[in-house]
Amino acid sequence: MSRLMLLALQILVAVVCIVLWQALSTVPVFGKILLPPFFFSNPFDVFSQIVKWFASGVIWKHLGITLAESILAFVIGSLGGVLVGFWFARQPLVAAVFDPYVKMVNALPRVVLAPIFALWLGLGIWSKVALGVTLVFFIVFFNVYQGVKEVSRTVLDNGRMLGMSERQLMQHVYWPSALSWMFSSLHTSVGFAVVGAVVGEYLGSAAGLGYLIQQAEGVFDVAGVFAGMFVLSAFVILIDFGVTLAERRLLVWRPTASEGRG
Amino acid sequence: MTTPTAVALEDAKVAFRLGDGRVYTAVEKAHLAVAQGEFVAIVGPTGCGKSTLLNVAAGLLKPAAGSVQIFGRPLMGLNRDAGYLFQADALFPWKTALDNVAIGLEIKGTPRTDALPRAQKWLTSVGLGAFAGRYPHMLSGGQRKRVALAQVLIRDPKILLMDEPFGPLDAQTRQVMGNLLLDLWNADRKAVLFVTHDLEEAIALADRVVIMSAGPSSRIIGDWRVSLPRPRDIFEVRLDKEFHALHREIWSVLKDEVMKGYAQPAHAAEAV
Repeated sequence: MSRLMLLALQILVAVVCIVLWQALSTVPVFGKILLPPFFFSNPFDVFSQIVKWFASGVIWKHLGITLAESILAFVIGSLGGVLVGFWFARQPLVAAVFDPYVKMVNALPRVVLAPIFALWLGLGIWSKVALGVTLVFFIVFFNVYQGVKEVSRTVLDNGRMLGMSERQLMQHVYWPSALSWMFSSLHTSVGFAVVGAVVGEYLGSAAGLGYLIQQAEGVFDVAGVFAGMFVLSAFVILIDFGVTLAERRLLVWRPTASEGRG
Repeated sequence: MTTPTAVALEDAKVAFRLGDGRVYTAVEKAHLAVAQGEFVAIVGPTGCGKSTLLNVAAGLLKPAAGSVQIFGRPLMGLNRDAGYLFQADALFPWKTALDNVAIGLEIKGTPRTDALPRAQKWLTSVGLGAFAGRYPHMLSGGQRKRVALAQVLIRDPKILLMDEPFGPLDAQTRQVMGNLLLDLWNADRKAVLFVTHDLEEAIALADRVVIMSAGPSSRIIGDWRVSLPRPRDIFEVRLDKEFHALHREIWSVLKDEVMKGYAQPAHAAEAV
């Protein structure tokens, strides 16, 4: 199938959905409106709400806050994950001692921490960053831990036979291996950073996309809720696209799945 | 002998502790000397512990008994005089071919600006001058072996240890690689210990062919001198009468061991 054809079909899906939505929420079928506007709004209202946000410029502030929270959560969580992952992988005793606690904390649904963070860190951005960090940290931590532990025995022996010291093995073998595992989970961890930020905002804040949605919901402004959702998905898709670009640069040395092994 | 001995294994015994506490003896009383400039091939059936023996010479494994001497000195820790060519892919996948070769020098503290041109020269001499920027996964199996060879040789080790290095390659590529190895080796004649299961390859390449018995507790059971003239061409040498005579003679011994090797129970499988 040609690219053009594919694109046409993809757009067709959106058009059909929107037309159905608009029709079912405005035109009665057998004397009844199937999607009552109070619960489902309609595409036109949602769209005009989005236009209003961008036209008045209020949305930029909220987007900026959510973006800042996500970036901070990602950076802090990744740094922590890399350091602790490395440390645990190189010190099996430490890893064994902390193992049950790591499992315990990771098993906890992170949302329940949100009120605690709000209590400790207030309603500003840091309570959201903290929530994102707890999500990002574990993904990066597990990946780096795995990456360091699963360095190929042969590659390691090769490094030793080439005369590498422990420090050089760290720099040329363990570190790149761990980073490649971290990068391979980049999409997931960036996604979770955004989830942490938005959920945190939703549960209590004064700004951000999550706040916007929560505010709209509070006054039964369904159009506002849907509009917030659409802006949020566009935001996440943009970020994800950025991650894909970064990944393509950072992981050039890795075979892609379709390429297989030569 | 006037030339010094590069590698000497004296009554080396290698044993592993198995998961259930029993001790598995891979190699028993191995006695082997490789002179400077000598190319020795070790041939044996699968699971006879030839790779194990090589790892002992490399210092990656410690013998349970006996001694290892490198240029007359007992080996402590890793063998710093040796370059090791692995059977499996051992290149650093996150480095380009050029960086993979240059790393051998950079480890020793050679500045990068110095190491890169020399690495490029080595890549050219293994026929990969135009592939410097490729990552290992973009190279074929044979090309990866060439890079690995350059990576080892750029350090100019006095001893080359090779563990079935061309094992994973197809028959033609193996012969081409064999010729390349002989050409490079001819330039400065390092001591080589070359492990293979392919008797033809061993005779075509080596000065001496050493045969090991089937494991466990395998021993060295034969040692033949190959007096085919050098420089050799692997394609040509296989047609030589002397080659055939020697092959027949060694095979008559090796055949029994290969059969024994297949008759061994599963737990005797090569433990490395």
